[in-house]
Amino acid sequence: MATKRTGRITKISGNMVTAAFDTFAVQNEVAYIIHGQERLKSEVIRIRGNLAEMQVYESTIGLKIKEEVEFTDELLSVELGPGLLGQIFDGLENPLPLIAEKHGFFLTRGIYLKPLADESQWEFTPLAKAGDIVRPSDKLGFVTEKIFKHYIMAPFYLHGASEVVSIAASGNYNLTHPVARLKDASGKIQEVFLKQAWPVKIPIQAYAEKLKPQQPLVTKMRLIDSLFPVAKGGTYCIPGPFGAGKTVLQQLTSRHAEVDIVVIAACGERAGEVVETLKTFPAIIDPKTGRPLSDRTVIICNTSSMPVAARESSVYTAVTIAEYYRQMGLHVLLLADSTSRWAQAMREMSGRLEEIPGEEAFPAYLESRIASFYERAGAVRLYDGSAGSVTIGGTVSPAGGNFEEPVTQATLKVVGAFHGLSRERSDARRYPAIDPLISWSKYKSFIDETQMKRGHAILRKSHDVAQMMKVIGEEGTSLADFVDYLKGEFFDFVYLQQNAFDPVDEATPRERQKHIFNFIYQIIEAELVFQDKEDARQFFQKLRQQFRSWNSATWESPEFAQLEKETAGLIATQRKPYT
Amino acid sequence: MQKVYTNILQIAGDVIVVEAEGVGYSEIAEVTTQRGVSLAQVIRLEGRRVYLQVFAGSKGISTGDKVRFLGHPMRIASGDNLLGRIFNGSGTPLDRGPALSENVVDIGGPPVNPTKRIIPNKIIRTGIPMIDVFNSLVESQKLPIFSIAGEPYNDLLARIAIQAEIDVIILGGMGLKYDDFLFFRDILQEQGSLSRSVFFIHTAADPTVECLLVPDISLAVAEQFALKGKRVLVLLTDMTNFCDALKEISITMEQVPSNRGYPGDLYSQLAARYEKAVDFDTAGSITILAATTMPGDDVTHPVPDNTGYITEGQFYLKGRIIEPFGSLSRLKQQVNGKTRPDHRTIMDTMIQLFANYREALEKQSMGFQMSPWDKKLLKYGKLFENHMMSLEANIPLEKALDLGWELLAECFTPEETGIKKSIIEQYWPGHAHGKD
Repeated sequence: MATKRTGRITKISGNMVTAAFDTFAVQNEVAYIIHGQERLKSEVIRIRGNLAEMQVYESTIGLKIKEEVEFTDELLSVELGPGLLGQIFDGLENPLPLIAEKHGFFLTRGIYLKPLADESQWEFTPLAKAGDIVRPSDKLGFVTEKIFKHYIMAPFYLHGASEVVSIAASGNYNLTHPVARLKDASGKIQEVFLKQAWPVKIPIQAYAEKLKPQQPLVTKMRLIDSLFPVAKGGTYCIPGPFGAGKTVLQQLTSRHAEVDIVVIAACGERAGEVVETLKTFPAIIDPKTGRPLSDRTVIICNTSSMPVAARESSVYTAVTIAEYYRQMGLHVLLLADSTSRWAQAMREMSGRLEEIPGEEAFPAYLESRIASFYERAGAVRLYDGSAGSVTIGGTVSPAGGNFEEPVTQATLKVVGAFHGLSRERSDARRYPAIDPLISWSKYKSFIDETQMKRGHAILRKSHDVAQMMKVIGEEGTSLADFVDYLKGEFFDFVYLQQNAFDPVDEATPRERQKHIFNFIYQIIEAELVFQDKEDARQFFQKLRQQFRSWNSATWESPEFAQLEKETAGLIATQRKPYT
Repeated sequence: MQKVYTNILQIAGDVIVVEAEGVGYSEIAEVTTQRGVSLAQVIRLEGRRVYLQVFAGSKGISTGDKVRFLGHPMRIASGDNLLGRIFNGSGTPLDRGPALSENVVDIGGPPVNPTKRIIPNKIIRTGIPMIDVFNSLVESQKLPIFSIAGEPYNDLLARIAIQAEIDVIILGGMGLKYDDFLFFRDILQEQGSLSRSVFFIHTAADPTVECLLVPDISLAVAEQFALKGKRVLVLLTDMTNFCDALKEISITMEQVPSNRGYPGDLYSQLAARYEKAVDFDTAGSITILAATTMPGDDVTHPVPDNTGYITEGQFYLKGRIIEPFGSLSRLKQQVNGKTRPDHRTIMDTMIQLFANYREALEKQSMGFQMSPWDKKLLKYGKLFENHMMSLEANIPLEKALDLGWELLAECFTPEETGIKKSIIEQYWPGHAHGKD
């Protein structure tokens, strides 16, 4: 047993502490600062001579020069195993409900609890047998966690093939009881438990190959699915000024997205928003599974008033958990809100390290960090042929709502879809406030491509006419142009905008989207006859009201059919008569 | 046994460096100079060098002056004895009352565990239609008023404080003009609210850095009241002064500025204060209303910009009215579904039509022909501005909703409003059951 490596504090500045060490130090290893009874977790982020500079994951109030630091040799890691689903963790994977139970209202520093309860019992069913040869991530058995088969896999850190020496019989085991023993090529025996640990900053890559993201990920948000789709295993970002509805959009997606598991990383944002998610999800039943939404959700929450360094680790903790479930052949959606706060945490640290600043004082490595984070998304084929995916959707909070700033630009370079929110749309209460004129997506939608292109075209045309009208006035605009303008506005109002407070309108399934889009396509293409502009305006106002009611009608209900008939009738009155 | 140190090595800006041992980070010290005693706080430790930010400023400090470390972070007394009292920015009485030392708590304490918060669900009625109807204020909300200098933001804060149903009012003044301080004191006294108020006042005449403590002191006291089950309203005016003090210190400390000279951690600094707003599970609540003045009426300025990302909405005060566009209460949805069934409809419809009115106004100003629809919008917009937007309006929410329907009916046909038929039938003046 090696002796404990220690050091002494020589400098304290904000949440950065420098310690002089006697023997050696390891980059990114975890170290504890010993302050009386408290042990404060920190991470070595730079080593110079015999000085280790560490970011402290806690408040540094009261720390003194010459206090002791203990180095652990371990990289910052998370525990992975059954019991993660439905949990709420902080950025270092401390279970917040348990901390509340034991320590009350406040997050007192220096308190670390085990993320997974060691004594919890799980019913294990073996899949492998003694003598089998397994690779890292091969399935040895499973337990049932909520509605999922939670596979117990050969540890990801193994190198090459190992032989199963023994495996536990079916039965109940806790997290500290070994369920299998493996022998690696060198003959070393490894014990396997229901849980395993993995360093958060290293991607889990125990799969056969990474695939091109092709299947659409249905969010039930019409504007996204129909015009700017996201693919399973893809990445997308939502930049927008404050108040444009980034978080509401994320919350709606977390509720309605058609995936197996949602990991929510609330990173440096308001605590109130997390509270809403964690208090409402247990009560919302997922129509697909018939179980509460919380059963398929993991929340990593490091809100804006919690320590800054842990904010940086929270996105890594979240993506590691997402990757872990992907290894079981599940489709996981990671929602990170907001990646700008994460970038700011890097900026704060970089400033304390006195590194030469890049644009807006962000560190020079900002781009590569953002790129490597988003690259952890992906659809993969596992060794056993099954497929899994991690999709990452990150919000960006650009300073001043200006998309030219470094975080937005670095993110746009690496994502597959861009949902840009605009102040104009949110001021006009057009929700979701994704601006169709600036957004884009590289993924394929389930909407017919010709129809989709027509949709984009009418929005652009409508916008152009509106701009023109500002200059030449309504009276200078031709009736044909004016009708195109109205068509675009109509499309925006009844299809792109969605009422998040209407139980039916808030989520539109794939089939309904196809049906309605086709219906609207017919209207856009139709040659409609009007006496004058006022006549046209009144017609579209009526049509809009009719559609509002239709949007609130349950899919495939008699009411739905009735309203469709009425709407079609309304349109028929204005169609150009056949000659 | 508190040791006194006299070897001050450096004085730059409001930061002094003294050689000392055994000092804790963030600890408070007393600096005794010819001019008197000032508090100072440790902001960096480097070997034996201790960096202190001196709240009264460094003017007149000599390299031979005494620094005495108190061995603890900044603390403040709390409890009912504070009610009706007035203190300065570091907690010293300004009202000739006795200094208090009971129930002393550290300021800037740890954050609340998110799982111990509850979803805010109680509306705070203000009698101002632009707030109650369109952007309802909610207990435990944190909300700034964005405005330019000269707007009546302090009047608005005072009015909300007086009308709101809350137990304790805490006023944290930063760079407050002395007149404004007197205004707050007098109006709260007239309305009989002074006895449930606590003032922490840093005036424009005091050294800038001293205002850094005001939000933390105010919120630490508020937190103690809230933990005892009280509903507390904290008014912070003006937070831009607080940010400017942060800027001053960070530049002195030679930190790399991120945007217009402000430090890179401005967001975290502001969040640490605003996030103290809370509705405790099984205890009271803290609601924060702040004033943020925008230099040059520029909302993209780092202070309003970072604030907007932290707070739960904002009120834009412009031309003595609360501007409907840009103003937002993020928590309104938590309460406006439970007031009256037509609340949300009125809110959405009236604002959308008002947006159309602004467009029509623009067209008119450019000399374009007004269509019949435009004319209707113009009529509506004028009525809306006169009856709904005026800050003088003081009517209960229900009356304001009724007024909304009347204005709509005066200007439009039901179809033109785009409101769902079922709601029209129930509320449109003169419609259905109203007719017989």
